[in-house]
Amino acid sequence: MDAVGTRRSGRERPGGTTLTVEPNTLATSPPDGDAVVRVEGLWKVFGKNPERVFDEEYRGLSKTELQARTGCVVGIRDVSFDVRPRELFVLMGLSGSGKSTLIRTLIRLIEPTRGMLSVDGQDVAAMSTRELLEFRRRSISMVFQSYGLLPHYTVLQNSAYGLKLRGDDQKTREEKARAALATVGLTGWESYYPDSLSGGMQQRVGLARALATDPDILLMDEPFSGLDPLIRRQLQDEFVDLQDQIGKTIVFVTHDLHEALKLGDRIAIMRDGEIVQIAEPEEILSNPHDDYVRAFTRDASTAGVFTARTVMDDPEVLLYRWQGPRAALAELVHQKRDWAFMVDKKHRYLGICSRDLVDTLIKEGNKHIEAADLIRPDPVDPDVLIQDLFGLVGAGSYPLPVTDADGTLLGVIRPRSILEALHTPDPAEEASDA
Amino acid sequence: MLEFPDWLRLPLAGPVDQAMAWILTNLSGLFDWIGAVGLRILISVEQALVGVPWFVLVIVVGLVAWRAIGKWTSGLGMAVLLILVGTFGYWAEAMTTLSVVIVAVAIAVAVGIPIGILMAWSDSVKRVLRPILDGMQTMPSFVYLIPALMLFGLGRVPATFATLIYAIPPVIRLTDVGIREVPSATIEAARAFGANRWDLLRDVQLPLARPAILVGINQTTMMALAMVVIGSMIGNRGLGMEVLLAINRVDIGKGFEAGLAIVFLAIVIDRISNGFARRRTVPVVSAAAPTETEDDAEDIPGEPEHVA
Ligand SMILES: Nc1ncnc2c1ncn2[C@@H]1O[C@H](COP(=O)(O)OP(=O)(O)OP(=O)(O)O)[C@@H](O)[C@H]1O
Ligand SMILES: [Mg+2]
Repeated sequence: MDAVGTRRSGRERPGGTTLTVEPNTLATSPPDGDAVVRVEGLWKVFGKNPERVFDEEYRGLSKTELQARTGCVVGIRDVSFDVRPRELFVLMGLSGSGKSTLIRTLIRLIEPTRGMLSVDGQDVAAMSTRELLEFRRRSISMVFQSYGLLPHYTVLQNSAYGLKLRGDDQKTREEKARAALATVGLTGWESYYPDSLSGGMQQRVGLARALATDPDILLMDEPFSGLDPLIRRQLQDEFVDLQDQIGKTIVFVTHDLHEALKLGDRIAIMRDGEIVQIAEPEEILSNPHDDYVRAFTRDASTAGVFTARTVMDDPEVLLYRWQGPRAALAELVHQKRDWAFMVDKKHRYLGICSRDLVDTLIKEGNKHIEAADLIRPDPVDPDVLIQDLFGLVGAGSYPLPVTDADGTLLGVIRPRSILEALHTPDPAEEASDA
Repeated sequence: MLEFPDWLRLPLAGPVDQAMAWILTNLSGLFDWIGAVGLRILISVEQALVGVPWFVLVIVVGLVAWRAIGKWTSGLGMAVLLILVGTFGYWAEAMTTLSVVIVAVAIAVAVGIPIGILMAWSDSVKRVLRPILDGMQTMPSFVYLIPALMLFGLGRVPATFATLIYAIPPVIRLTDVGIREVPSATIEAARAFGANRWDLLRDVQLPLARPAILVGINQTTMMALAMVVIGSMIGNRGLGMEVLLAINRVDIGKGFEAGLAIVFLAIVIDRISNGFARRRTVPVVSAAAPTETEDDAEDIPGEPEHVA
């Protein structure tokens, strides 16, 4: 378990975040050691007479065979795992592999057919309706892919909803909801309705609603899947940071390996309702249990190769310093450009030459362009991963120059190029659509 | 030989008569009591309507219509229609008709919404009720007059009763539909935070079904108005009676006036209730100070502000 902590704190978080948290919430962490969530031999079978599936004659049949023979759909099948305190446990698998079913049975939004299920030492499967409601109101919260916000409630009312259900008074509710909204960076949006918010902001409200009750455990079912790549990444980064501070025990569903690798302390890979492998991210990559898991990891390595080199474009217009200001102006006018990248005789990157500059030089009667006069955004290495370029590309008004070790200009990166690279469909999604 | 054989006749009339006779002998006290209470309610509503000075009512209706429809011209138009009813000389009759409609719709809503909720909650309740509601809506309206007449005799109480039965299906149906169409993701999220059945109903299902329920109330109201006119056949006074009298006397002019008065009344009621049903239910920003976390789902801030 210590390994979990060190892995986390050792990780780098690029870019600034807007998430902040009150310091006093840091201290509360459940005692190390015991599992917070413990699942053993859990089954969920959909259909009439689900118990039939356990008959001797059907033993060992696959999910499809069982469905053909009994008409019952096996949602999850003999699943066992533990989630440790403050751990972020990822459930991953293709569409229909049972991730959502599993995470829902943890709070009995779906009743398990068979098996042992305990959370915080309480036997969830044995809880009465009343106990179950109390459990949902106090110990555990959930965040949904489709947000599940109440459209007729304001942002503040939505984030206070869990508190309202458990009967907190008006003042406490509002205080806690406001604090939770501040945590997710939504201060100032309290009186808006969800409809007027972007998807990313709506999911922040969903997160605030889950955090407001200060639960021990957070369940998240593909919380970022519905969002644009850029927003998704931003929320992931903020979330990593937030988790660093609040240290909740989290069960997190995703079908995106990058997300799993980025967030997960351990990853459970599911197929046809079964867990195929549970391991730390490194282990999953280096030592996949079978071809199914390997298929996921292969997808990771290909997408990991999205580097500056793979997404860069030609500069289109290039100026050469020896040309002098008049030639440069002629070229800019001809190409209808206000500026262009400039290189020296060895094609080495010098900077960006603007029309303002050449105009001034011509006015002053100057025949030479000095490298020092150019605007010079820092060049990036061709092997830099594109996720590390997000902050840079958006920041300046010019594209990023890509240079090799000698300073030779190889290409330029525009924000659009990165977006396009990210929009190429995720192989895992493709596989699941098939 | 080709006539329908006598021996195949299923004598339903007999048993129905007997059942009715049994009800009348054994439950007449109950129905008398219901009739008396109903009559008192109807009369007080009518007196309240008549008691209000006509111009006050016209102004109130104009303002309500303005608020419901959202345009002051519509408010003015509704007020003018109401004045026209008065200029035909049918103000008092219109108020009588209106009182029956109001009472019938109030009862229909009070009974229909809970039935609709049950129907949405339980598939078996729905299976039982759906054919009954279908039947009720295909039956010719004056068929309802017969049992009403037998239970309550002549007058406005049986007319209200028949109106209620005739007009109640839409509000039941649309409550059911509205609740069933609440996105399951929203329900699930509320359940995940520990909402029980009543929390769900109060916080999620009824508020989200509200537009559908309002459409149901609108339809129920229009059907009630149509039925009230037919209720004149069992002695319900009011605009319907005027039409009936005009027909009997072959007084085309009078009949035309009374008919037009009914149409105007219908338009006013329809526009107003439709306006409430269509009004935008979810504003962009709450107009009230954003300090309320209370369940104020009922009061909708009037003018939605827009995001800057
Ligand atoms: N209510 C239900 N009735 C019958 N079968 C169901 C029901 N809910 C889920 N299933 C089945 O259970 C299996 C697992 O579904 P589940 O929604 O858990 O998958 P998932 O891994 O979350 O997929 P996705 O990535 O698409 O969300 C699927 O085969 C699905 O068809
Ligand atoms: Mg799912």
